[in-house]
Amino acid sequence: MRIENAGQLEQYRRECQARLDKQTRRLLVCCGPGCLANGSQAVSDAFKKVLRNRKIKGFKVEALKETGCHGFCEQGPLVVIEPEGIFYTRVKPAHAEKILEETIAKNKVIDKLLFRDHNNGQPITCYRDIPFYSRQQRIALRNIGQINQCDIDEYIATGGYSGMAKALTQMTPKQVIDEVTASGLRGRGGGGFPAGRKWKTAASAEDTPHYVICNGDEGDPGAFMDRAIMEGDPHSVIEGMIIAAYAVGAHEGYIYVREEYPLAVVNLQKAIEQATEYGLLGENIIGTDFTLELNISRGGGAFVCGESSALMRSVAGEVGEPRAKYVRSVLKGLYDKPTVLNNVESYACVPAIIDKGGKWFASIGTKKSTGTKAFSLVGKVRNTGLIEVPMGTTLREIIYDIGGGIQNDRPFKAVQTGGPSGGCLPEAKLDLPVDFDTLTEAGSMMGSGGMIVLDDQTCVVDLAKYFLAFLVDESCGKCVPCREGLHQLYGMAVAVSEGRATEETLEKMERLSEVVAVGSLCGLGKSGPNPFLSTVKYFRDEYLAHINDKKCPAGVCRELIRFEVIEDKCDGCMACVAACASNAITGQKKEPHVIDQELCNKCGACRTVCRRDAILVL
Amino acid sequence: MISMTINGKVVKAEKGEMLLKVTRREGIDIPALCHHDAVEPFGGCRLCMVEITKADWDGWKNYVTACLYPAEDGLIIQTHSAKVNELRKGVLDLLAARCPNSPEIRELAAEYGVPQTTLEEVPDADNCIMCGLCTRVCERLGFKAISTVGRGHSKQVAPPLNEAPPDCVGCISCAQVCPTNVIPYKDINGKRTIWEKQFELIACKECGKHTITTDFADALCERRAIPRDYFDVCDDCRRKELSLKMGSIVAWSREGTS
Repeated sequence: MRIENAGQLEQYRRECQARLDKQTRRLLVCCGPGCLANGSQAVSDAFKKVLRNRKIKGFKVEALKETGCHGFCEQGPLVVIEPEGIFYTRVKPAHAEKILEETIAKNKVIDKLLFRDHNNGQPITCYRDIPFYSRQQRIALRNIGQINQCDIDEYIATGGYSGMAKALTQMTPKQVIDEVTASGLRGRGGGGFPAGRKWKTAASAEDTPHYVICNGDEGDPGAFMDRAIMEGDPHSVIEGMIIAAYAVGAHEGYIYVREEYPLAVVNLQKAIEQATEYGLLGENIIGTDFTLELNISRGGGAFVCGESSALMRSVAGEVGEPRAKYVRSVLKGLYDKPTVLNNVESYACVPAIIDKGGKWFASIGTKKSTGTKAFSLVGKVRNTGLIEVPMGTTLREIIYDIGGGIQNDRPFKAVQTGGPSGGCLPEAKLDLPVDFDTLTEAGSMMGSGGMIVLDDQTCVVDLAKYFLAFLVDESCGKCVPCREGLHQLYGMAVAVSEGRATEETLEKMERLSEVVAVGSLCGLGKSGPNPFLSTVKYFRDEYLAHINDKKCPAGVCRELIRFEVIEDKCDGCMACVAACASNAITGQKKEPHVIDQELCNKCGACRTVCRRDAILVL
Repeated sequence: MISMTINGKVVKAEKGEMLLKVTRREGIDIPALCHHDAVEPFGGCRLCMVEITKADWDGWKNYVTACLYPAEDGLIIQTHSAKVNELRKGVLDLLAARCPNSPEIRELAAEYGVPQTTLEEVPDADNCIMCGLCTRVCERLGFKAISTVGRGHSKQVAPPLNEAPPDCVGCISCAQVCPTNVIPYKDINGKRTIWEKQFELIACKECGKHTITTDFADALCERRAIPRDYFDVCDDCRRKELSLKMGSIVAWSREGTS
């Protein structure tokens, strides 16, 4: 089928909508990365098996949908029954039959599968009533978890491609750029550069051809927003790219997806094929004379290829090394031609902006950071998952209201934002509104949206060491400050964590950080010292404890801690004896155990398994 | 032509030419280890960092590599401000730790106040600073016989699979362009060895002096339509031959006129 004009698209939308409306009950199985890892594919298969053998009254097989990430990964595998929004958590394949028979056929809610409020233990039936969801506002993630991730008809039914149709048939490229400029949309990949301004520069560049690229090389540890969008709503990215290409006069585009996201590649490929078949992509899109060809370019697994100039070299088939950007890539990008590169989430916002207007988008969020932002909320927070909130929401709201506070009610220590380029913010900064400028001012950055929550059992030296090790590993090695400087910084961070450092080491690290930050060629090196600089800024005492007292207050750094059994608390259950991989724990049943310090490798397994908190870290 | 201010002096330059070219023309000494006029600017060693600002930048300063920054009107450039020197010192400290045995690096580092690295020396270090000049020159010549391998701190320059590079013609441009003289080669008895590959050197028909390798001569003939026997004699002998020829022409023309 080929859609020949905007009217036909509208007509087809109504048909799709009517088909969806007929499904009075929809059973959504979350097949996002988190739920898949917890076995949601088996759950979905179990539903299919039951439905093959038996008819459920008023329910059609088409109404069983595998969706993208619904967000509440911590409670997965998730099953949602719409339109009521009945929300089942930690669903196992064995529950499939019961859900179909009780909830779908008889309208009975299964109590034990419901989410329970952390505070009062009361079950909550509809996900929209759970604070994790009720405090969110979704634009980029608008369809994810709501529609079948690989069905273009469902995307069209929810208003998909109407923004594109509006842009192509009712607006000039300049009007599209003006609308995006008015929306205040800033680059969601972390740079925060105004998208409208970028498009305007590219559109007016004289050199041809022009290219559009989507950056799907999401590499920050703990971040999975772009992955969720590419897997769960690939059409929103494609639609955004078509609009951008129309605005800047590009007829060829690339979606650069990192090697580690095979499902994103599959779903994007499917989406490109579907859209091309419908005449929404390719030659003469919806009967206009605008043409765009989209290709998927797979990364090779290098973090630095998320940097725009390295990405473009990688697309062109060269080694993914950044180049200096004194001549901007928007003028001389891919194959040295004018190129617009935006992040997945930025593109996903574009259709909504064209559809509802730039003013609407600008009315959400703060003045300088408009709209919403997706975050992957992970770490020691109770409700881990994928969220989207208006810009300007405070860290406290995100961590305590949406995130439900810290796991096991431990004290909050810091929140790490912005991935390896970002930094840690302590409790005193919790009331900061989350937007591009405020977080940067505070010594961290918003980055692409990774948000790692730390409790008192996380050592900041260890954290800085982790991120430095990551960057040492991922530095491309082109420029000296990044290649040698981060290596030296890492070595000194290890010295601190092992109690071999002096206060002079710390000063040396700070001096070297300045050289790396100012001297490096690209953003990876320039922001590389941030995890160290922000932790030493807010948690200097903890560094000094490692250096002067040879102690790790969080009980993490192996060289500086030892584990001991508290005799009074130990009931001799033998659990730690069994858990110890180095056979360092001895003891009889019902008698206090003893840890041999010589044999102990400080892994902490005993502490994890002990039910009586009888293992002490010193 | 545009006009910029370098270290307080007004300087004219072509718009778009790189700052390093301008400063060198002006006789200003800025270290640059990864730069060579024969290849595209790279921006890897970061030693040619200079401080730039403009009158309307409200005092904001930027630090950029001169090798890659295009000249523009009104730039105010400091090539040796305190901060620039501090940065260069920091980078040289890092290089001195990476290549503690390199005389070139030690000398330059000492010049910027780093007689001895303050950082941890890399164990078993060689003198390669990973500037990539060798691989870029090789690529520029069209051979691509060697390349950088791996990334980050363990990045190396190597031939494919660490074996004698099949595309190497033994021109030794890589060795000659290396700022720290780290690529070894040997010319013994008409044989050249580089990258563990052996080459035959052409001996001049006239004087017997060894010139370039047969592989290199073949490669040049193939690309430039040069007759192969052009390389039979060395440059000196060719010049000698030419001057004799010229001499006889002059003598003949004199005879003719008298």
